[in-house]
Amino acid sequence: MRGTICSSGMMDVAGTALRVDLSGALVWDAQRLLVVSDLHLEKGSSFAARGTLLPPFDTVATLQRLTAVIAHYDPRTVIALGDSFHDREAHQRLTGDDRACIANLQVGRDWIWITGNHDPAPRGVGGEVADAITLGAVTFRHEPTGARGEIAGHLHPKARVATRARTLERRCFVSDGERAVMPAFGAYVGGLSVRDAAFAKLFPKRAFIAHVLGDTRLHSIAAARCY
Amino acid sequence: MGPCVRRDDGGNRGGAGPPQQGPDASGVSRGGSAASGLDEPRATAYLPPVPPRISPVPPDDSAALPDHFNRWFAARGWAPRAHQLALLDKARAQRSALLIAPTGAGKTLAGFLPTLVELGSAVATPHRSALAKQAALSTPFPLVGEGRGGGPPAAAPMVESAPQQPASQQSATADTAAKQPARSIARPAGLHTLYISPLKALAVDIARNLQAPISEMGLPIKVETRTGDTPASRKQRQRRYPPDILLTTPEQLALLLSSDDAPHLFSSLQRVVLDELHALVTSKRGDLLSLGLARLWRLAPGLRMIGLSATVAQPEQLARFLVPQPNGSSVAADVVVAGGAAPPLVEMLDTQERLPWAGHSARHALAEMYELIKTNKTTLVFVNTRSQAEMLFQEFWRINDDNLAIALHHGSLDVAQRRKVEDAMAAGRLRGVVCTSSLDLGVDWGDVDLVINVGAPKGCSRLMQRIGRANHRLDEASRAVLVPANRFEVLECSVAIEAIADNAQDTPPLRTGALDVLAQHVLGCACGEPFASDELYAEVITAAPYAQLSRADFDDVVDFVASGGYALKTYERFARIKQDAKGRWRVANPKVRQSYRLNVGTIVEEAMLKVRLVRSRGGAKGTTGAIARGGRLLGEIEEYFIEGLTPGDTFVFGGEIVRYEALAEDQVYVSRANDADPKVPSYMGGKFPLSTYLAERVRGLLDDRKAWMQLPEQVRDWLALQTDVSRIPARRELLVETFPRSNKHYLVCYPFEGRLAHQTLGMLLTRRLERARARPLGFVANEYALAVWGLGDMSLMVSQGRLDLAALFDPDMLGDDLEAWLAESALMKRTFRSCAIISGLIPRRFTGEEKTRRQVLFSTDLVYDVLRRHQPDHMLLRAARADAATGLLDLRRLGDMLKRIEGRITHRPLDRVSPLAVPVMLEIGRESVYGEAADELLAEAAEELVKEAMG
Repeated sequence: MRGTICSSGMMDVAGTALRVDLSGALVWDAQRLLVVSDLHLEKGSSFAARGTLLPPFDTVATLQRLTAVIAHYDPRTVIALGDSFHDREAHQRLTGDDRACIANLQVGRDWIWITGNHDPAPRGVGGEVADAITLGAVTFRHEPTGARGEIAGHLHPKARVATRARTLERRCFVSDGERAVMPAFGAYVGGLSVRDAAFAKLFPKRAFIAHVLGDTRLHSIAAARCY
Repeated sequence: MGPCVRRDDGGNRGGAGPPQQGPDASGVSRGGSAASGLDEPRATAYLPPVPPRISPVPPDDSAALPDHFNRWFAARGWAPRAHQLALLDKARAQRSALLIAPTGAGKTLAGFLPTLVELGSAVATPHRSALAKQAALSTPFPLVGEGRGGGPPAAAPMVESAPQQPASQQSATADTAAKQPARSIARPAGLHTLYISPLKALAVDIARNLQAPISEMGLPIKVETRTGDTPASRKQRQRRYPPDILLTTPEQLALLLSSDDAPHLFSSLQRVVLDELHALVTSKRGDLLSLGLARLWRLAPGLRMIGLSATVAQPEQLARFLVPQPNGSSVAADVVVAGGAAPPLVEMLDTQERLPWAGHSARHALAEMYELIKTNKTTLVFVNTRSQAEMLFQEFWRINDDNLAIALHHGSLDVAQRRKVEDAMAAGRLRGVVCTSSLDLGVDWGDVDLVINVGAPKGCSRLMQRIGRANHRLDEASRAVLVPANRFEVLECSVAIEAIADNAQDTPPLRTGALDVLAQHVLGCACGEPFASDELYAEVITAAPYAQLSRADFDDVVDFVASGGYALKTYERFARIKQDAKGRWRVANPKVRQSYRLNVGTIVEEAMLKVRLVRSRGGAKGTTGAIARGGRLLGEIEEYFIEGLTPGDTFVFGGEIVRYEALAEDQVYVSRANDADPKVPSYMGGKFPLSTYLAERVRGLLDDRKAWMQLPEQVRDWLALQTDVSRIPARRELLVETFPRSNKHYLVCYPFEGRLAHQTLGMLLTRRLERARARPLGFVANEYALAVWGLGDMSLMVSQGRLDLAALFDPDMLGDDLEAWLAESALMKRTFRSCAIISGLIPRRFTGEEKTRRQVLFSTDLVYDVLRRHQPDHMLLRAARADAATGLLDLRRLGDMLKRIEGRITHRPLDRVSPLAVPVMLEIGRESVYGEAADELLAEAAEELVKEAMG
């Protein structure tokens, strides 16, 4: 197996020690940086506009979890790693409460919206906008290219793990020690199996580890055990 | 146009079918039986399900039929049956009626006779020559135009013996007649009779069979079918120029009702015939149909109904379905019970082999069943699940030295393959068909002379209906052999045979209409003419299943259909239906209507995965290397079944044993396995749990030592041994046994309430045992018993007073424990998904594109989680919980059981497993404890990584 084996809750990417949180957020302790990916805010109302009236609580649900994880780590900087909004007009559909919630979270810290394919230019929601950010050996970008030191989202990885009793399916981080893909944070965002060809392109020979978000703990499971 | 009969099928069966074909439709008794063995029709509204009194039909009864009908019957040496004439009388008296009759009783003809007589009496002139026919075609037929054309309701309904007074009816002819130059028949048009069946194949078959009387008597009646397969152009034409009789399905009725011209189309309707009503009303399709009927009653106030049903437990309840329920009270249609059917000959296979303790394959009796197939002409072998069918089919062919034509039929097979089997069957080319409930209903297939029912009968009414598939002649007894697959099933088969002898019935009570179906209907209504809430509510509660619907629930449903019904009111601008200035609701845009049409119906298919055969990569169990993609397509399998497997497991599919290799998106990869036995027999128990009635009888049999004499010796010995080492549970008591076995401690109880209720009980008990620190690890349930195992010594805990069994089984487990469990229950999520689809929240298909389920980029599980947390009383969650009460979780039954056994728990601490416990201990389909267990299991997988890392 290539790369570094990570301890529970920690994951190395290109020599940088990063904390993997059960919520699906990534924390760089030394930088007081917190990263979340694929919030897909207002996905519910996006479907509603097209006739599928999904419950409109996804934004609230996602922001509640985001608020909790930010309160816990109190980061100096927050990066939303793209697809923070489900579509280009999504920010206009935010309720006043949700808008205020985001503004509150931004108080006293830097907030960077990385652009994604769903939200190429987030505006009207505070913070700064960037296509990618590089910090030391690590680059944060929405769509993975496979470059060394890259931390991306976009693919919404999930792992199916065959256990003694039954098959479990959970969101996960995927990393081979050189690059990583983050799980989606949004309440309505489904997953793509880590066995999908999209991951094979990024991690040749599937030599990666899935850091699986369990119910109360994180589990680092070899790619070969996932399907 | 020839005789005004139009056939929608390809006509591959030749012209005028001989009357022998399809005895159910042209089903009349043979030669001279009028004076013998015919029962008097029973026509009371409240009729207990007892065998009807048999008495000869008065000779002058045939006068009830017009002459040319009498001649038609006589020409064939037939006489109309008493119940057929009884339905005619009901029709003339403007009464709706429910006919309860066994298969082979000529039920379908009975249902159509009033319509044929009303529409065909004009040709009462005693010629059946082509000349007469021509005359019939070219002259107006006042009779058939009676009450048509949307005249005021008061004018229409006077059909009391109308056929004899044609002149008085002529005035009712509609202006619509003038609009039909295309029709060769110059008479007022309009739909007269609507026939609705649960199967489109049945509708097509009936159309074919109606041909015989219509063409042979030269009746000017046009019959057409309308199913999902009917071309759009013909559907279009049917709406403008409707046939006299339209044969269709509940879904097509819903679609017709959602169109603007529904009031026009149905204003002429005189009668609705509902076939296989007993089967329709037990599901959400019945709910949908009932709402459609409520609409029809409003559009055509003179409408009369005929329901055709197999025997049911509560005919008077079923008869309510057929008439509008007045606000606050309950009325029922008249019930006519046909009798005269020879009682079936049912026996249990007296096997010479050793009876298995557990399992559901009945493999022990294979050779004996094969002999039965060999000595009969055509045998239907019914099993309870697809996988059992697969297995048995495979096994038969292994020993099929005589090369008997034995086929396989179940719902997961490719449609074309099923049709092939059905055609071969109809042609009499098959000796045996191994089948599931896929053949419980359906078209008649001539000469089935034996039914074998493998495994648990589960319910006596269901069993009776299956047995009725053999021999569709009324006066000959159907023959059936029950083959229990294990010792408990011997008890069940034994009481089922007694129940049939008693003519007992255990069909479920009439459903309470589901809110998700109502939501679909409300959207359908808005697609037609705009509706006012008050009026629609008044209409909906005339449908028997919705008679108790509260106005608040109705309003919630309308709110849901409009803008989702969410507490967070942000979707008003996306509303699907909107109110106009008068407060009437109409669809917001044409896309909504389009989407409704694509998604109508209540049958939610299980999520299916494609199964492909690839070469095995071997390798260690539990790891998945690269597998060859592609591979031969074997068929489709339920996703939930695959989710229960781990790679390396073997199971039977498509008649062979395969090894589960991998899952990638919607493809399951399997390889050929060499195992003689599949590791996972995949017995999911079928959809139907053991009926409460049979369960009660099984408990009674156990409690009655004298009755044991009727049981096979092996079973008697088994029960005697149980008496020695533990106890046989009394009728109303719950026996709980605890014992150690291979480093674990077991608790086994015997509620006899069916697997679904037991599984729910298992989930709830393990939560409580966890809190009592009994450290439960898992449980397994079958139809009779539940076994829980764990690390704590439960015998010791009970004796030390640390575990109180009365508290453990306290009905209050259906409170908070249930709520907590529902949150994570996969079954509940499946239930929710189906409600979300039926209610129209989540489209099965999107307009304009054929997106597959997997391309829909959200998961109903996630929607469920979010909705449950943010609006737990949302209408859809209420609908899902109501389903869970009677469906996959069977909560209602569990609740009844817990109340029954309160204060009647008997505990037996044992030093080892008891004979009665063996079957459930051998059961497959074990469930692990949820909750923390998920993390435990994942941790095990993670540990392997650690081991690998440590070298």
